[in-house]
Amino acid sequence: MCMKHDFNHLQAAHCENGVTTNLLRTIGIKHMTEPMTFGIGSGLFYVLLPFLKINNGPAIAFRTMPGLIFKRTCNALDIPVFRKKFSSKESGKKFLDDCLDRGQPVGCQVGVYYLTYFPKEYRFHFNAHNMIVFGRENGRYLISDPVMEEVTSLSEYELERVRFAKGPFAPRGQIYYPKEAIQVTDDMMRKAIATGIKRNVFHMIHIPGTVVGVKAIADTGKKIKKWRDKLGQQKAGLYLAQLVRMQEEIGTGGGGFRYIYAAFLQQAHAYHPKDELLDISKTFTHAGDIWRNAAVQAAGIYKGRIGSQADFDIMGDYLLEISEIEKNAFRALSKIKWKP
Amino acid sequence: MKKEEIPQDNGALNKLTKELVYAVDSSGNYTTALSSGWEVKAKALDVAWEDIEKRIEAARQKVLNNEASPILYFIELRLMDIGIVSAYTGFWKWRIKRHLKPGIFRKLSADKLQKYAEAFNVTVQELKTMNVHEA
Repeated sequence: MCMKHDFNHLQAAHCENGVTTNLLRTIGIKHMTEPMTFGIGSGLFYVLLPFLKINNGPAIAFRTMPGLIFKRTCNALDIPVFRKKFSSKESGKKFLDDCLDRGQPVGCQVGVYYLTYFPKEYRFHFNAHNMIVFGRENGRYLISDPVMEEVTSLSEYELERVRFAKGPFAPRGQIYYPKEAIQVTDDMMRKAIATGIKRNVFHMIHIPGTVVGVKAIADTGKKIKKWRDKLGQQKAGLYLAQLVRMQEEIGTGGGGFRYIYAAFLQQAHAYHPKDELLDISKTFTHAGDIWRNAAVQAAGIYKGRIGSQADFDIMGDYLLEISEIEKNAFRALSKIKWKP
Repeated sequence: MKKEEIPQDNGALNKLTKELVYAVDSSGNYTTALSSGWEVKAKALDVAWEDIEKRIEAARQKVLNNEASPILYFIELRLMDIGIVSAYTGFWKWRIKRHLKPGIFRKLSADKLQKYAEAFNVTVQELKTMNVHEA
């Protein structure tokens, strides 16, 4: 069976941003961009979960919980959302097929361990990847994976396997899409942008404790300084490699997320012509640059090129510096008066 | 990051696609461009895989020394932990821990072995021998 579809694939830096942006474009919100989605969805985040280990390393995330960017962006624009998980593979497949038959492209949460087109090096048990399934052709599902330049396809079995991957954040076949097209006015965009920024300010500087936000970045910096003595050179190197992977890999971002946020503030300026936004955008670019410098320093350590206590101190200080810069940036954002 | 500073090293993902990156152009405006990868993160991924290889080998030795059942080897080989094995097999975690003992593993029913084999995507024979033939 061959179906007609007029789906436009658009590559993104981060999977959930990309899926959200592309799905919103399918319902006619053509001016939606990845940075806009990320900013309205308050995507910038930092969390270091104590006591928890992922792949035998520290549990760090640079993004919000999976699913939230889509949910918040749609909520902020008053777009009704459909979301469903499935208890059986059969019902999950049937539902997907019904959607596709009536021409509805859908967002799918999937695991990457069995994602056949990914290179083996990237296939961990990470279950919060997102893609759009937009059609069927010759028994294969047509896939728009936002991290890829081109569209691709999966067999029925391959798609079922990634949709029903198990483990932490098991997707359980989860499907989501915006239920109906609505007219998004500039006024709605303005309101959504302000809401997204305010929520991000709260997450990064106002949550008490040192587990999330800029205080957690500083806390990680302090911990890194102790890693060499506490864990030994080799394990400390592994931990730093994990930090960099979480920061820079596809699907998680980090340094890259700072740049997306900076881009968002520039785009927000078109809706709220306040020059502070452009200045703060530059600050986030600066923060992203230091995240990258920190990654270079970490790489020196996990490559074994450097590794003295002084080198770990420099690494830790980078994070303390970032924490300070981002704290000031979010404070400046919190002072903006959104009402004209 | 300026657009011309976007790294163009060779990363593992480059076999599949180039990555989209945000950077500023000469007039300070954000734009996007493609990157083939960054050596710093390629190395981070290498380090993670070197560690995985070590863990797999250590697990294999433990099984050969009769200190653990082959389940340990496959947990490492498939990058899993007991929680993930539990999710795929439906066994309680404490039971899986028990099955990690060689003596108890040898007495497992065909039914249970089959569940483990499926979770690890191997045959029961491969599960028992750690001899995996993969394309």
